[in-house]
Amino acid sequence: MAVEDYELIVGLEVHAELSTKTKIFCSCPTEFGAEPNTHVCPVCMALPGALPVLNEKVVEYAVKAGLATNCEIEKNSKNDRKNYFYPDLPKSYQISQFDKPLCNHGYIEIEDDNGNPKKIRILRIHIEEDAGKLNHNEFGAGSLVDLNRAGVPLIEIVSEPDFRSTGEVDRYLKKLKSILQYIDVSDCKMQEGSYRADVNVSVHKKGEPFGTRTEMKNINSFKSITRLIDYEKERQIYELEHGNTIEQETRRWDDLEGRTFSMRNKEDSQDYRYFPEPDLVAIKLSDEYIENIRKELPEMPESRKERYMNKYGLSEKDSNSITASKYLSDFFEKAGEIANDYKSVCNWLNSDIARILNEKEMEPEEIPFTAEELAEMVTLINKGTISTSIGKKVLDELFENPRMPSKIIEEKGWVQISDEGAIKEVVLKVLAENAQSVADYKAGKDRALGFLVGQAMKQTKGKANPKMLNEMFIEELKK
Amino acid sequence: MNNITNLTVHELVEKLKSNELTSEEITKAYIDRINDKEKDVDAFVTLTIDDAEKKAAEIDKQRKENKETSQFAGIPIGIKDNLCTKGVKTTCSSKMLENFVSPYDATVVEKLNKEGIISLGKLNMDEFAMGSSTENSAIKITHNPWDLNRVPGGSSGGSAAAVAGDLVPWALGSDTGGSIREPAAFCGVVGLKPTYGLVSRYGLVAFASSLDQVGPITKDVKDNAMLLNIIAGHDEKDSTSYDIEKKDYTKNLEKDIKGIKIGVPKEFFGEGINEEVKEQLNKAIETYEKLGAIVEETSLDVAKYSLAAYYIIACAEASSNLGRFDGIRYGYRAKDYTTLKELYVNSRTEGFGDEVKRRIILGTYVLSSGYYDAYYKKAQKVRTFVKNKFDEAFKKYDVLLTPVSPNTAFKIGEKCNNPMEMYLADICTVSINIAGVPAISLPAGVDSNGMPVGMQLIGNRFEEEKILNVAYKFEQEIKFRENHKPSFKK
Repeated sequence: MAVEDYELIVGLEVHAELSTKTKIFCSCPTEFGAEPNTHVCPVCMALPGALPVLNEKVVEYAVKAGLATNCEIEKNSKNDRKNYFYPDLPKSYQISQFDKPLCNHGYIEIEDDNGNPKKIRILRIHIEEDAGKLNHNEFGAGSLVDLNRAGVPLIEIVSEPDFRSTGEVDRYLKKLKSILQYIDVSDCKMQEGSYRADVNVSVHKKGEPFGTRTEMKNINSFKSITRLIDYEKERQIYELEHGNTIEQETRRWDDLEGRTFSMRNKEDSQDYRYFPEPDLVAIKLSDEYIENIRKELPEMPESRKERYMNKYGLSEKDSNSITASKYLSDFFEKAGEIANDYKSVCNWLNSDIARILNEKEMEPEEIPFTAEELAEMVTLINKGTISTSIGKKVLDELFENPRMPSKIIEEKGWVQISDEGAIKEVVLKVLAENAQSVADYKAGKDRALGFLVGQAMKQTKGKANPKMLNEMFIEELKK
Repeated sequence: MNNITNLTVHELVEKLKSNELTSEEITKAYIDRINDKEKDVDAFVTLTIDDAEKKAAEIDKQRKENKETSQFAGIPIGIKDNLCTKGVKTTCSSKMLENFVSPYDATVVEKLNKEGIISLGKLNMDEFAMGSSTENSAIKITHNPWDLNRVPGGSSGGSAAAVAGDLVPWALGSDTGGSIREPAAFCGVVGLKPTYGLVSRYGLVAFASSLDQVGPITKDVKDNAMLLNIIAGHDEKDSTSYDIEKKDYTKNLEKDIKGIKIGVPKEFFGEGINEEVKEQLNKAIETYEKLGAIVEETSLDVAKYSLAAYYIIACAEASSNLGRFDGIRYGYRAKDYTTLKELYVNSRTEGFGDEVKRRIILGTYVLSSGYYDAYYKKAQKVRTFVKNKFDEAFKKYDVLLTPVSPNTAFKIGEKCNNPMEMYLADICTVSINIAGVPAISLPAGVDSNGMPVGMQLIGNRFEEEKILNVAYKFEQEIKFRENHKPSFKK
């Protein structure tokens, strides 16, 4: 039996931290990166007697996410306790949702590997609290618990096992991330763990029932997810081909080794003993509440893309790259509007800026300058105050030490020379110094003109207005 | 004055108002009384006497300077040791929390502080409020002031004994299945379990979240209404607390009860109920008839189902609520362990007492997959059934009258080795928690041993006013406190 006869089946449980200001059951801040155990209170430390109070924003954000992913919203929802012992879980139970999640039966449309549209079904979206963090051996022997993250709100988006390739998984994760960013419910910062996935992988032969699945938890990099699926698929096929069976288990992904490991020393299968959370009341949502959220949903990437193509004349490819990130898309619209030149702004974003971001391994959110600053640069070029090549130098400055481009060119003396007298002076000088090129040009070698312009640019440190320079040379050479 | 500690709070309030007494005098009288009787009763886990004296002096100073103070400023109180008190140990009478000091005050404690009420200390209880005799305390055994060889009831045994023995003028207790009412009955004082949601649970160390309520234990009904006034009310920190209009529970105490309809459910007077208890309650019924109430026998067959449902729901919730006592962040941690699992197992094995462990195991079992439907889910159905039965009863009656406990206070050690018999002590009280309705326990008389017999008056949800009124009228008629006093019999 060949490897090609096997089909990959993947399902995802994505955890996204919601970007509410405060935690799900108390008023501690959710901000990332604070000193350990400074964003804590009796509630999120699970002191005796403390009680949770549900943050209404969490419900609103989850409903938003549900509506943006075509889910049905459950009007009679509730919270449940999921009981298990672990030092990062101070109450010894996680308040989650068991049998009545806020959102059910949605889908996200992606492209399959052949470029055809494909719906990935979403089984459910529920709200829950994040656990704290264990710092192992960071302070000598033993482990220390940091509860800053305990109680940060999460939504868990559970897909059906609808993925058949790593490409589909990758496109879904990116699309979902972009949707959550568009509706402004999560910043999805993967390096901070605010967007992570549990990956369920199985293989089967087409026409046969799905195989036994294994689960890899809490993976927070697109690359790792693709790698681990590839690895796990191969491993499972190998086992099956050698007459072994796949065990249903949670496996640990080792990113450095690029392998998954069985965690058999772990406790026997967990019984979470779910039951309704008695400290909280049922979540009842009115049709009006849901409709109001639906009305307030912002424009989704698909519709922005259409608009960019129709209204601003962007290509499909350009529109796709701009709308892939809400931050970039907002940045584009703002700069385009101020400069009154969407096309140029798009070109800068998709070429030079994209390249620099890539080199520096930065996300669009990390662009250090503002839309106003980029817009002014585009305007300066359009007005002829600076040349495009000076524009590139201004861009470097914007990345290094962002400030208004008009100020940069003034400080650096980069204002384009458009004074006829000054240009003529340079032209005459260059002509005098390059008799051979003049002769070549007159002998019909047009290329000599380029050389002469280049020399003039060199002498003016790129500041001469290239159009004027060109015209002046031609005029003088005619003489 | 020698009999300060015999006064009710409403009497003390009058004497403070008329400057007959100062807060310091009151507080000192209680401290003397504690120094005299605490060794016999053993009601306190922690005493805060020094602090109380300082606060009393401060309040007297404020009164002298005519600063605005609450009428209750300078009145002492005792607090059950499962209510969190900032800076003072909150042990739940457990080895697990033997040295635990809460960094915050329970909402009800905050309310007492706001009134200037002075805590004399934290009162003993069954460990984590699990028990009916206070014998499950890991700290000490509390004795009933009416007979020191007998239990004070539980789990708020320290609170009831302290009020009965005049060690505090009033106290806070908590009631999950009878933990205020049964000890109040055993100790001849007045205890109220409010409607679920009337009093904030924030800062009450949870036993069973859907059943727990904080309530007053007092010398008489008027004090009870006054303490309820202080602690009742919506708290945004407790999602299960109701946002209802604030009432003055003392307002209707004197109201005539002529024509009021009292139902007497026969099932609460059946097998297992002591004849002497029945006799005293029959007398009470006669008293009510004399007062012009319409008393009718009725049927409310909920007690036996409730007890089973209660022990399933309460233990299920407890098994989860007590998970936080894991030896990681606070509380008892075993000395010997090498793995995380050993840290958990050893800390909890050593830190919890037998009854707590029994209930955690029971609760874990009924929530386990494969058993959930047969136990927990079924118990929730019983709960709905019981609620409906009470709803029906309150369509016909204003209040229901029942015993509080099948027996009067039993001897220390008598039921310790028989958990099932101990659970049966709750048969008359648990259905009230299951239904979430309010009930008051007050003395109806004494048995042949001179031990108090309690009577339970049950009202509809948020109708505390009505049961307090019905209780008050009875109290005025039989004058229990004038005719009977605890003997501190050894």
